[in-house]
Amino acid sequence: MKNKELKEEETTRANIRKRTIISFGVFFLLITLGILGWKWLNNQDQSDGVLKPLRTVLNANEKINNALVGTGHLVKEYPKSKAGNDVRVNGDVGMGDDFDAMHWKLTVNKHPETTSPDSVLHLTMDDVRKLPYKDLTFDFKCIEGWSQITNWGGTKFSDFLLHYHLGTHSGRDIDPNHPEDIYKYVGLMTPDSAYYVGIDMKSIMHPQTILAYEMNDSILPVNQGYPLRLIIPIKYGIKSIKRIGYIYFSDTRPKDYWFEHGYDYDAAL
Amino acid sequence: MALTEKKKIVKKHPLVIRWAHWVNFPVLGIMIWSGMMIYWANDIYRIGWGDKTLVKFFPDSFYSTLNLDGRLSDGMALHFLFMWFFFLNGFVYVLFTIISGEWRLLVPNRKSFKEAWQVLLHDLHIRKTEPPSSKYNAAQKIAYTSIIVMGFGSLLTGLSIYKPVQFGWLCAILGGYEWARIEHFVLTIGYVFFFLIHLVQVVIHGWNNFQAMVTGFEIKKVKSASPSEIKPAEEKPIN
Repeated sequence: MKNKELKEEETTRANIRKRTIISFGVFFLLITLGILGWKWLNNQDQSDGVLKPLRTVLNANEKINNALVGTGHLVKEYPKSKAGNDVRVNGDVGMGDDFDAMHWKLTVNKHPETTSPDSVLHLTMDDVRKLPYKDLTFDFKCIEGWSQITNWGGTKFSDFLLHYHLGTHSGRDIDPNHPEDIYKYVGLMTPDSAYYVGIDMKSIMHPQTILAYEMNDSILPVNQGYPLRLIIPIKYGIKSIKRIGYIYFSDTRPKDYWFEHGYDYDAAL
Repeated sequence: MALTEKKKIVKKHPLVIRWAHWVNFPVLGIMIWSGMMIYWANDIYRIGWGDKTLVKFFPDSFYSTLNLDGRLSDGMALHFLFMWFFFLNGFVYVLFTIISGEWRLLVPNRKSFKEAWQVLLHDLHIRKTEPPSSKYNAAQKIAYTSIIVMGFGSLLTGLSIYKPVQFGWLCAILGGYEWARIEHFVLTIGYVFFFLIHLVQVVIHGWNNFQAMVTGFEIKKVKSASPSEIKPAEEKPIN
């Protein structure tokens, strides 16, 4: 047998007794510490719907993820024929019946500090439709754990920002050579302000992030966010806000509905 | 006689292995518990065919009893904290077994699979003669090595459903997003079965065996004054 042999040792009863007591002493001490640690964790204050230490770790995980793998990867695209027709509807916050689609306009606030008339844009669907068209078929993933291949049409968010010279302090076009000029986050909100998301600029500039007004080559259904919704495949569906009413920019995290309910801010895939 | 009675101890489990073993116990427990909070939000798995369901994962009473329902965000937050402990603990364990050479006692060889069958027959009292065994018998080697491979599988399947875009290649290797989620779930069911069998075996093999996982050594009596007279062949196998 080439097996590693177990070592034997001759010793006295007293010595065995001593070692057993020490070992079990340490063992029970560790169990106690474990229980106290667990109780400590559960006695901490909440931070946006989750225990504070857990929030700290969620934020740290986000940093690690961004540093190690980033958000640059492309989502796998499928042929349009693979897209489901029976598209799952989830979530109705901000989708109240009192919505007046006829008078809908997209309100864009160019800068967080000011609401002066020349820093606010009011856009119609015709304005949005003039932008280059982009369609996308991908595996939409819900944070609940299900996924579905779906097809969406609209315009790239990056094209929208560049066309209207949005996303910078100076009002110039976004230029990667001047990162200090670029707002760190984009905030989006439903017309009734009931549902809202915040998204980091890198993810919003991702080539597969689109402002969608079509699903399966038809106008977006009401329960899918007519007239305009976000489709951001590199994040869970909670970030793909339906029925966008407001868009604004910020250097700090814009408020986010599900973040406030205990989820991580990033929701990155 | 009592005063001159000496005892021999057999050094069985190194400190690192004992620590890794006992740290893993609550950590894996919390991972499974929080994992079920996450699974609850899309609890579609079952065993059955057509409309016939033999086992549903899980009945509503199961969730409410264990306080698992409506806690997706809690589950995710806990899961994504304790995953680090699960990973680090497993990493330390594997690294230690490699460096110390302990892996020689753990990893099965070609004979192990035949011997494991003998162990099973022996445990079920069908076969009288005891199968060969060093620190671990063949069945234990297979079980304890499998559990490490499973842990590694949980890391990979977990990573691929945690970041399916960033690790799209991994997700694809595992058969896609939905398959990776199923694999992650099945591995967890595997842990539960491992745990139940492990528990039964620990109870059967008694206190001396159990306490060795705390103290590191097993005690054996020395009847003669000269310990060298005891041949290894007379030793009881240590399970």
